[in-house]
Amino acid sequence: MSENAVDGDEVAHIADLARIDLDESEVERFTEQFGEILSAFEALDEVPETDRKADLTNVMRPDEVRECLTQEEALQNAPESEAGQFKGPKVS
Amino acid sequence: MTDYNAYIAAERITGADEGPLAGKTVAVKDNISTKDVQTTCGSAMLEGYVPPYDATVVSRLKDAGATIPGKTNMDEFGMGTTTETSAYGAVENPAAEGRVPGGSSGGSAAVVAADDADMALGSDTGGSIRCPAAFCGVVGIKPTYGLVSRYGLVAYANSLEQIGPIAPSVEDAAELLEVIAGPDERDGTTRDAREYGTDYDFADAADGDVDGLTIGVPTELLDGADENVVETFWDAIDELESQGASYHEVALPSVEHAVEAYYVIAMSEASSNLARFDGVRYGQSGGEGNWNESFAQAREEGFGEEVKRRVLLGTYALSAGYHDKYYKKAQDARAWVKQDFDEALSNADVLASPTMPVPPMKRGESLDDPLTMYLADANTTPVNLANLPAISVPAGDTDDGLPVGLQLVGPAFGEKTIIRAGSALA
Repeated sequence: MSENAVDGDEVAHIADLARIDLDESEVERFTEQFGEILSAFEALDEVPETDRKADLTNVMRPDEVRECLTQEEALQNAPESEAGQFKGPKVS
Repeated sequence: MTDYNAYIAAERITGADEGPLAGKTVAVKDNISTKDVQTTCGSAMLEGYVPPYDATVVSRLKDAGATIPGKTNMDEFGMGTTTETSAYGAVENPAAEGRVPGGSSGGSAAVVAADDADMALGSDTGGSIRCPAAFCGVVGIKPTYGLVSRYGLVAYANSLEQIGPIAPSVEDAAELLEVIAGPDERDGTTRDAREYGTDYDFADAADGDVDGLTIGVPTELLDGADENVVETFWDAIDELESQGASYHEVALPSVEHAVEAYYVIAMSEASSNLARFDGVRYGQSGGEGNWNESFAQAREEGFGEEVKRRVLLGTYALSAGYHDKYYKKAQDARAWVKQDFDEALSNADVLASPTMPVPPMKRGESLDDPLTMYLADANTTPVNLANLPAISVPAGDTDDGLPVGLQLVGPAFGEKTIIRAGSALA
């Protein structure tokens, strides 16, 4: 695996998918580091397919009304709210 | 405040007048929600965030009479091995000047090591309790997955993390674990230890009796470790032997791939968990623009470099075309690690290794080399993949006077076994 597992455009594309703006120096640094890190992850190719015992079960409970946060508490950390609701940027 | 920058805020929270922890101070890592007291996760994203509710472990501390002296500094969202990625500055190691305290619960280990708090809570996703305990010369326990409620713990990688105690002695750590353990209807992944053939009398188990204890030593976890660390490790095993324990070497071939599998899984879960930080319901606002622009802006400003790195790599590992190559393979590795540990623990009471393959790093040398920092978690991450309990106890010092930790791993819900074994040393 060479150092260029990803190029700058790919890093910028992933950042776009993850909704994180990056400046140019970050893209540059991440491109180099991701190459190294992803090469190390290549070692996983040697892992045999392994039977995964599902030892987890869903935990269910009846859906009943119970005490919860007040509207005021739920909104107390929001940068902006209006008429008892979160106020976000426009969607498009 | 301490000289070590170990608290993000030293706001005091008082508990009940009476209880098993009355008169004791228990510092709490800043990714554990405290009602009406700022909880930042070491991130600028959550500066000023004040939870409207207590984590279950915090309610249990208060009910037990503990006083919380403050919220401890940590790697941002738990992502780090040195407590240098905090937006509130790095923490110094009170036990080794000029060295990192380990991470991510570095503040919690530092306040205990410096005697600024009697005990502390940390969280451990891939070693974040055991590493700082080892580096600061104190005791830390990562409980079996499901023993302690995660309700109110700000999630980084849900399938791996547990809250656990850090204390000067095994007995104190066990006493604190006793208070926080037990099922919680608000965390569906908690289990009742009594249904697994044990009970919650952890402090009583700290009797130091290792007569007849069998210890398995996975050779893979010694390979590549620092010579001084390995020497100190064998001294601790000799000490346990002199008290009646016996050891044999075991092979755990799967652990050679554990740290890579851990990072793929943890980063993947992180990329999903941290999607909640959109700057609308809480956190730093991204300002004007449309939703996507504002979202991306908030996250550029609010997240530090290590968090961005992990969210991006996790997004990559889960994206179309790469999911099978990375995430699916990592889940195979996780199942393999579990099988290996189960097998090794069918022939030994506990498994022993150095907690960290290296002594505490010099401050400032890890930040530019993320891969080297990740690989330092080689001995702790397999335990999280296998959902098992582990304790780190001081094993002694290197020739240069740097603390070394001994890690003891037990079977699921075998906390009493690792507490008993560890208490023979600390």
